[in-house]
Amino acid sequence: MAVAEAYEFFIDPNRCIGCQACVQACQECDTHKGHTMIHLEFIDRADSVQTVPVVCMHCDTPTCAEVCPADAIKRTDDGVVQSARKPRCIACGNCVLACPFGVPEVHIEEQLMMKCDMCYDRSSVGKKPMCTTVCPSQALHFGTREEIQRLRPRSRPSNTFQFGHQTITTKVNMMIPIQSPSTRIDVLSAMHASTTGRRIALAVLPGDAFPV
Amino acid sequence: MATIPVDLLHVIQRYGPHLSIGTGPRHTQGGEPDKLVKTHCCFCGQQCGIQLKVKDNEVIGFEPWEDFPFNKGMLCPKGVKRYLQGSHPDRLVTALARDPAATSGFSPMAYPDAIARVASEIARIQKTYGNDAMASLSGASLTSEKCYLMGKFARVCLKTPYTDYNGRLCMVSAGAGNKKAFGIDRVTSPWEEMIGSEVIWVAGSNVAECAPITTNYLWQAREMGAKIIIQDPRLTPIARTCDLFLPVKPGRDVALFAGILNLMIEKDAIDHDFINANTVGFEKVAEYVHDWTPARTAEVSGVAEHLLRKAAEWWGEAKTSFLMHARGIEHHSHGVANVLGAINLVLASGRVGKAHCGYGTITGQANGQGGREHGQKCDQLPGLRDISNPEHRAYVSGVWNIDEKELPGPGVDCVELFRKIDRGEIKGLLAICFNPKVSLPDNNFITKCLNKLEFFVAIDFFLSETGRHADIVLPGSLQEEDEGVVAQLEARVIKINQAVEPPGEARQDWRIIQDIAKALGRPHGMTFNSSREIFDELRIASKGGIADYSGITWEKIEANYGIFWPCPSTDPQGNPIDHPGTPRLFEPGSWNPIAKGAGPFYFPDGKARFNVAAYTPPTEDVDAEFPVILTTGRVVSQFLSGTQTRRIGPLVAQFPDPRIEIHPILAEKHGIRDNDWVTAESRRGTITLQARVVLTIRPDTVFIPYHWAGVKSANQLTISAQDPISKIPEYKVCACRIRKAEAPAYTATLESQQ
Repeated sequence: MAVAEAYEFFIDPNRCIGCQACVQACQECDTHKGHTMIHLEFIDRADSVQTVPVVCMHCDTPTCAEVCPADAIKRTDDGVVQSARKPRCIACGNCVLACPFGVPEVHIEEQLMMKCDMCYDRSSVGKKPMCTTVCPSQALHFGTREEIQRLRPRSRPSNTFQFGHQTITTKVNMMIPIQSPSTRIDVLSAMHASTTGRRIALAVLPGDAFPV
Repeated sequence: MATIPVDLLHVIQRYGPHLSIGTGPRHTQGGEPDKLVKTHCCFCGQQCGIQLKVKDNEVIGFEPWEDFPFNKGMLCPKGVKRYLQGSHPDRLVTALARDPAATSGFSPMAYPDAIARVASEIARIQKTYGNDAMASLSGASLTSEKCYLMGKFARVCLKTPYTDYNGRLCMVSAGAGNKKAFGIDRVTSPWEEMIGSEVIWVAGSNVAECAPITTNYLWQAREMGAKIIIQDPRLTPIARTCDLFLPVKPGRDVALFAGILNLMIEKDAIDHDFINANTVGFEKVAEYVHDWTPARTAEVSGVAEHLLRKAAEWWGEAKTSFLMHARGIEHHSHGVANVLGAINLVLASGRVGKAHCGYGTITGQANGQGGREHGQKCDQLPGLRDISNPEHRAYVSGVWNIDEKELPGPGVDCVELFRKIDRGEIKGLLAICFNPKVSLPDNNFITKCLNKLEFFVAIDFFLSETGRHADIVLPGSLQEEDEGVVAQLEARVIKINQAVEPPGEARQDWRIIQDIAKALGRPHGMTFNSSREIFDELRIASKGGIADYSGITWEKIEANYGIFWPCPSTDPQGNPIDHPGTPRLFEPGSWNPIAKGAGPFYFPDGKARFNVAAYTPPTEDVDAEFPVILTTGRVVSQFLSGTQTRRIGPLVAQFPDPRIEIHPILAEKHGIRDNDWVTAESRRGTITLQARVVLTIRPDTVFIPYHWAGVKSANQLTISAQDPISKIPEYKVCACRIRKAEAPAYTATLESQQ
């Protein structure tokens, strides 16, 4: 079985409310019980409640697999980058260092790299990944491109990322504002920017700037 | 004698809260369950559909239920981890008797002996002091069958007027306001109607943390063009990306509503035709709000004038809209006025009873809606009937087969009930589904009252903080151990299905109540053999009332993913019909049993009521001595008093300890940095917690979540001031002061959840 070609994964940080339903649900998988494969990032809690859920982006040419000395990481034909194969993985951590999105984790006690495999046990048999099923804000969504265009007319999916000279395309899409001129998301150029999401002044003290 | 029998730490050591984690049998069993049971989450008022995985009479996990239309498989972290409350080390599997000689303070007792003891103590108290010396308290997390039975048990078996429920802390301001304005206490429309609305106004609801699934409805409405207005003293996750944020000063919501209505009238952005044809009382309201100029409204509400103008413009010009509110505007000593202020905006716009036009409160508890309909409330009889109304009394007395003269009159709200205990007027208490030692305001007073009881019996599945005071604890049932109906926040009546049998000596709560009635020698009307039999009587008792369930059956619920009440069994002429239920209220031309065709609203003339919603400051305003506003609320991973969620390991790990949220400006004034220990002190109590210094709260306000107990309980500080109509306590605003502190001693002995 394989993940149906028409189905794609969409992340919309604009919608995320930081509730951790995805994190808690991911822990329930029988293949990694008790461990979550989702990183829920608080951008800067002092400034904002903004959070971003990060799953494996399932790169078309996965850097993690390219740097793996044991050839333990495989990408199946349906575009899913599988978790490391236990008999091969030597827990060297090359993948952890190399992944531009910071996704894989090495679990020392199990001598194994683990990461999101898009709930292959579910998605390969026609179900949605668990995190996208439970996500109360649908910041994590699994469906067809037609469906996302109909449901989210204010944004559009982007799956091309630029890290310096490295261009990466992925099976997982990030939703960006529809009017954005970008054809790709330039990650490095945003890394040293001072903005940490939308900051809204409460406008309750003299001198507080009002939101525009 | 209802004091805690031994040193508290010994009680905690034996009865918790301890943490349940997804290991042990659950981990190894994993894999294939014996069965999947379609039911609903046990926590909040949204009542998300969920499938529980069951193996060997144990709930071992969950599977989303994507067909259920409200949540379509979506769940918050509490729903995901709710399965861990079963098979818990703290689960009560026998009756317990208070025993100061036992190390843990309690000894197991055979169930029949415990029932006999409870009956003899109730009989003794009532013989010595009169029937009214006995009281019962129940809750809105129970099924409607149990809520109905608790109201009947108090009036028919205990023969006392003194019964009330924990919905007093949740939905009563909304209920009272709805009844005054619409004549019925219910949201007007299903949530799906939001999608297609032009403007959605959310007043005082931290939707992302308290009703997370509602988030997708809001965001989907926004995708389809809705503007979202959020009114809250804190910039919550739902406010982060809203279109207009109104950072209202706690306790000033009604001023804000008055100012908005004044601006709408000034711009003539009101629906004259609707107001003339369908409402009464507009002129008086218009006269009152006339003084609420934008400048004055801004000064009182703490929201900048141009933001108020923008809100009035959007709300005034919209063709379709939804207004929702929750505890943020309801938990006030003028909670009903706040609600009426919000409703006035809706009525002036004329936007109810039509597609994509809705209004309603977001109920808190699992059966927050159903639990307030069928008579466990001190002034109420089933079907939203009134215990002071002679016709209503006669009808329900007939159903219960008692002389109307035997039916007690109205009792008192649960806070007043504790004051009666304090004054020695109530000597005995039976409590189920209520943890007032954590959840009531000024809870050091509640502890003092519990200590004064001559006899206290608690029915519970875990030994709650309140249960520690009990003389006898009877082991009741978890939600998944019984069946019955609840009405979720849209007034959709749904079915809770049993997944497992109660363990050990534990049994369904309604059986326990009936066992007590039998042992008292008062079994009249308390001899149901099943939950379904109770429901069938509830249908008759509600027939002809506003909350008419007579046309609802369990089968109809299952076949339709729920039925929206009212659902009568006969048409206006009395002919039997198969009614489909009523998703949307107040449609033009609709019939109801009060207006009888005169109009869509539930008054004899069929018209809705504008009510003057006058501003009064909070009962305890800030002053030089206590200069900071304290407000309280929730976090997403915990639920209410935490009896269940403080026992679920992964939920405790998500947000282990309560934090006090402080704006950097206020923090700097006191030399407080993020993670520093801070003492907050009010006229009633003190608490020491770590600071969370954030820009997302008003600088004049601090926030503490209320789910924790004892020294970590926010309600040590809150004020027991109540709304004069609804009697809801003022959890959302009181005065406090803060100072930097050292790490408190409790950190050495108590775990996070304890």
